[in-house]
Amino acid sequence: MKYVDEYRDGPAARKLVDAIAAAATRPWTIMEVCGGQTHAIVRYGLDRMLPATIELVHGPGCPVCVTALEAIDKAHTLAARPDVIFCSFGDMLRVPGSQGDLLQLKAQGADVRVVYSPLDAVHLAAAHPQRQVIFFAIGFETTAPANAMAVAQAQRRGLTNFSVLVSHVLVPPAIAAILGSPDNRVQGFLGPGHVCTVMGTNEYEALARSFGVPIVIAGFEPVDMLEGILRVVRQLEAGRAEVENAYSRAVRPEGSPPAKALIDSVFEVCDRPWRGIGTIPQSGYRLRETYRDYDAERRFDLGHLHTEESSLCISGAILRGLKKPHECPAFGKQCTPQNPLGATMVSSEGACAAYALYGRHLEVSSPNALLRR
Amino acid sequence: MCLGIPGKVIETYQENDLLMAKVDFGGVRKRVCLAYVPDAVVGEYVIVHVGFALQKLDEAEAQRVFAFLAAADSLDELQVPSP
Repeated sequence: MKYVDEYRDGPAARKLVDAIAAAATRPWTIMEVCGGQTHAIVRYGLDRMLPATIELVHGPGCPVCVTALEAIDKAHTLAARPDVIFCSFGDMLRVPGSQGDLLQLKAQGADVRVVYSPLDAVHLAAAHPQRQVIFFAIGFETTAPANAMAVAQAQRRGLTNFSVLVSHVLVPPAIAAILGSPDNRVQGFLGPGHVCTVMGTNEYEALARSFGVPIVIAGFEPVDMLEGILRVVRQLEAGRAEVENAYSRAVRPEGSPPAKALIDSVFEVCDRPWRGIGTIPQSGYRLRETYRDYDAERRFDLGHLHTEESSLCISGAILRGLKKPHECPAFGKQCTPQNPLGATMVSSEGACAAYALYGRHLEVSSPNALLRR
Repeated sequence: MCLGIPGKVIETYQENDLLMAKVDFGGVRKRVCLAYVPDAVVGEYVIVHVGFALQKLDEAEAQRVFAFLAAADSLDELQVPSP
C-alpha cells in the first residue's frame, strides 16, 4: 500500500538505527504517546533494535484504556435498556466494567452494535425512529471531528432519537500531567501523529517550552518512529527542547481548521477522569449546552453507579510510564488478552496487550517464568 | 484507536448534505466523509480515521525521509545531515 509499505523498509530502518546509535552518547528515556505507536514498536521489535541506552516507555495514548470505569458502567446501564440500540467502536466492547463488559451484555440479549463510523449510528437512528440510538463517543482529538459531525448531522436531520455518551480525552493535558509528576523520568516525546492531523502542532510548543522537553510529532510506521527517535535524541544531545514535525506528509502546523471549527461548535473542554490515572484538569471534551438535547446522560436516568476496579491491575503505573507490563505480577497469569483484568490488556493498542500478543510474556526476566505459567 | 489509514479517493458524491467519497485502501473500498478535506479530488490520497478523511497526504513531504537517508549514504555516518 502506498504511504505504508515504504515506511516498513528494513534497510531504511537499520540506517536510522545506526544514526541513532551514532548520535546517542548518554542514556535517554523517550515516551511514545500513542497506543498505535506502542503497538508498532513491540510488533516490529524497534525497542530491541535501538542501542541499550535508549529506553522507550509507553504512554497513555490509548483512549480505550483510559476511558474511566464510571463511563464504562454508564454505557452498560444505557445498553441494558430494552428501548436502546447502543452503538460503539469495536474495541470498547470487551473493556471490563464493574458489572462485566458490553459483549457479555450483548450475549444476554441487549442490542449492542459495533459501528465503523459514528455516521453509521446516525443512519441507524434514521432507520429506527421507534428506538433510541446511543453512540459511545470516546477518543482523543483524532476522533473528535467524526463524533462532532455525528451530533451535528443528527441535529441537521432532526433526529430526536439519537444521543451520545461522551467520554473524550485530550493529549496535551496528559503530557503535562506526566511531566509534572515528581516521579517522571521521561526526557523526550514522540508526539501523537494523528491527533496532530486535526489539532496541528501549536499546542505542543508551549509544553516543549515550559517543561524543557523535545517533542517530535511522529507517524506510526517503523521508519516514521525511528526518524522521530533520531530527532528526539539529537535534540537531547544538543540540549534543545523544540517541537519538530517528522510526520509532515500528514500533519500541517495548523492542523485541520474545518475539523477544529466543528469540534469547537459541538464540544467544550472539561475536567476528565482517566482510568488508572485519576482526574486531569481540562483534559476532556463534553457537549456544549447548545447540544444538550443529544446528551445521553441527560436524556436517561443513570441512577446510582457503584464502580469497582480490580485490585491486582497496575495499568495506572503503566499508562504513566512508571512500569512495564512484564513488571506486573498478574501479567500473563491472571491477566491475559482472553481474560483481561484491566484496560491496557483489553485494547489491542494497550501496552499489556501488545506485550502479550508479541510473546513478551514468554521471556520475562525470571528463568523459571515459563515453568510457573 | 487513533488508527489512520492512507487511501486513494476513487469518486466523490453528496449524501445527506455531506461530501462523501469512495476510498480505496489497497483493494478494500469504503465510504468516507470528505467534509474536512473538501478540496480532495479523485486520485489523491487522504488519511482516514473512523470513516472520516482528516488530511490529504503530501507527496513531496512523504519523500523527505528517504532523501535524507540517501544523503546520509554519501556521507560519513557520524556526520549525517539533519532530516
